[in-house]
Amino acid sequence: MAVLRPAGEFDSTYARDMATVRRPWQWLLLLGFIAALYLLPLYANQSTVALVNRIGISIIAAQGLFVLTGLTGQISLGQAAFMMTGGYISALLVTRAGAPFLVALPLAALGAGVIGLVFGLPSLRVKGFYLVMATLAAQFILPWFTRHAFPELLNGAQGIVVPPPEIFGVKFNQPGTYLYLTLSVLIISTIVAYNISRSRLGRAFVSIRDNDLAAELLGVNLFQYKLQAFFLASVFAGAAGVLAAHNLRHINSETFNLSDSIFLLGMIIVGGLGSILGPIFGAILIELLTEAATLFGPFLVVLFPAAAGGQQALRPLFFGVTLMLFLIFEPRGLAHRWRLWKAAWRLRPFSHL
Amino acid sequence: MNPGDIHLSVQNVSLRFGGAQALKGVSFDAQSGEIVALIGPNGAGKTSLLNCLNRFYQPDAGARILFEGHDLLRTPAHRIPRLGIARTFQNLALYTGLTTLDNLLAARHIHMRSGLLDCVLYWGRAHREDIVHRQVVEDIIDLLEMEHIRKAVVGALPHGLRKRVELGRALALEPRLLLLDEPMTGMNQEEKEDMARFILDIHERYKTTILLIEHDMGLVMDIAQRVVVLDFGVKIADGTPAEIRDNPAVIQAYLGTTV
Ligand SMILES: Nc1ncnc2c1ncn2[C@@H]1O[C@H](COP(=O)(O)OP(=O)(O)O)[C@@H](O)[C@H]1O
Ligand SMILES: [Mg+2]
Repeated sequence: MAVLRPAGEFDSTYARDMATVRRPWQWLLLLGFIAALYLLPLYANQSTVALVNRIGISIIAAQGLFVLTGLTGQISLGQAAFMMTGGYISALLVTRAGAPFLVALPLAALGAGVIGLVFGLPSLRVKGFYLVMATLAAQFILPWFTRHAFPELLNGAQGIVVPPPEIFGVKFNQPGTYLYLTLSVLIISTIVAYNISRSRLGRAFVSIRDNDLAAELLGVNLFQYKLQAFFLASVFAGAAGVLAAHNLRHINSETFNLSDSIFLLGMIIVGGLGSILGPIFGAILIELLTEAATLFGPFLVVLFPAAAGGQQALRPLFFGVTLMLFLIFEPRGLAHRWRLWKAAWRLRPFSHL
Repeated sequence: MNPGDIHLSVQNVSLRFGGAQALKGVSFDAQSGEIVALIGPNGAGKTSLLNCLNRFYQPDAGARILFEGHDLLRTPAHRIPRLGIARTFQNLALYTGLTTLDNLLAARHIHMRSGLLDCVLYWGRAHREDIVHRQVVEDIIDLLEMEHIRKAVVGALPHGLRKRVELGRALALEPRLLLLDEPMTGMNQEEKEDMARFILDIHERYKTTILLIEHDMGLVMDIAQRVVVLDFGVKIADGTPAEIRDNPAVIQAYLGTTV
């Protein structure tokens, strides 16, 4: 579908035509929404704030997959392992090297990026299913490494205790304050993801996704750009991992596992592959379902006594059913639905969909 | 490069697929600013020859392909466009998820400089570059009369228009040599004539050397200044359209069709 603009709106410069937020009221809406999120601790209870915090962290990790899978078309089952890598690096930098959190966070994200780049090397030779298997290797190798290597540093399977972040003497040790941190990183990551998608880099990524032979013929160095995609995806994962680890105050090889990697992939599918809104919609929906699974668990156990103790098991069940429903009924995800609704609104009252 | 200089020199290209010989010692030159048609029955090896030029296929030892003094067979595939060579495909190879505009902008890749950090920040260089290159792309959109599909996603366009977008994308590279693999297949007569007109417009405006593969003999005879004929991987004729029309070997190869 071509872009639908409100009637009578024409652009006189290319810069205007390329602008994202097009109208003053849209700026107001956006800023109001962000302000409402920052003020959440003032009017919402602790568990809601904690939930929003978890959603924010998931969005950041999913944005990495937006770059890697959504834009570049490379599937990875290793995203959680790169979150773990970020979490560990930051924990070590803060506890062992005495680094301030504001230094540890970017260094850990970049460190995760480099590790991700290494595990992206197979993408130069294999595609699709084989690449999935190759990235899966990260999900086995990296946790194994934390359990068995440098026990005096990584403390084996026990893992390490991670202190709450401290920035200029302020400790972020409450859900209410932690939210500020998560939201700030989320705003940056969203801008970065969006900038990637609309620039030369994003167009090179999408060329590889849509037709790698043609991309090479048009001068895109596949080697260089696939590795850049893996690097960037893992930087997002690393930053999310840092936030998660300092929030949980603890990290070990089980903190981020294969099912988290699969959930993240599910999020961008449900949200809409290839759309900047995909990770946001997807992470919100899947985290809300997880919350629902925890809330409804006890009731279902009353109905199905055999499922006692299986509240946790409801999470994968909800996830699996949702994923299947989306793949059947809306494979292009919530972002596509959103576009249709917006278009219908602009065409009102003549919107026959 | 002056008109008349040898622009592209294909020397002794042979290519084998298992037991099948797709090309046998093919040699020909294209002069700067010339439109050369490459014709021959289906399976003659025309596409395979382009694939050798693009480094998708590796010809047998002994072959040489020179373009403006560069040895193409020693150049990696992704550097070929940087030398000034662009191509369209017989079966289309567009970025179907992108709009017409973005397909053309994606082809400006080699002319842009912004790196990873520029793009992540999208402040200054990356943004400025997008605006400058948008102007170049808009000129091509004008030339090929694609204003109405500027923001349409290419995957949803009809075949004829996709062919045109692909030509536009190749042009966005600002090539000095344009390789067109059957740009008019699957088109009706009107679309074919439009396409022929676009090719002539491009040739006149940019003085591009064009290597054109096409089956419609009438069009080939009208557009091309020189015709190279392949049959079963062997070059059987090379000359002006008038010479080719009367060449007995060509008539033999095309027996049953009117040349
Ligand atoms: N990748 C390939 N593998 C095996 N055989 C091929 C391949 N590409 C082309 N051929 C064979 O090479 C011959 C020439 O094909 P092609 O260059 O496509 O012909 P044309 O473009 O002139 O119709 C055909 O016999 C075709 O089957
Ligand atoms: Mg062919």
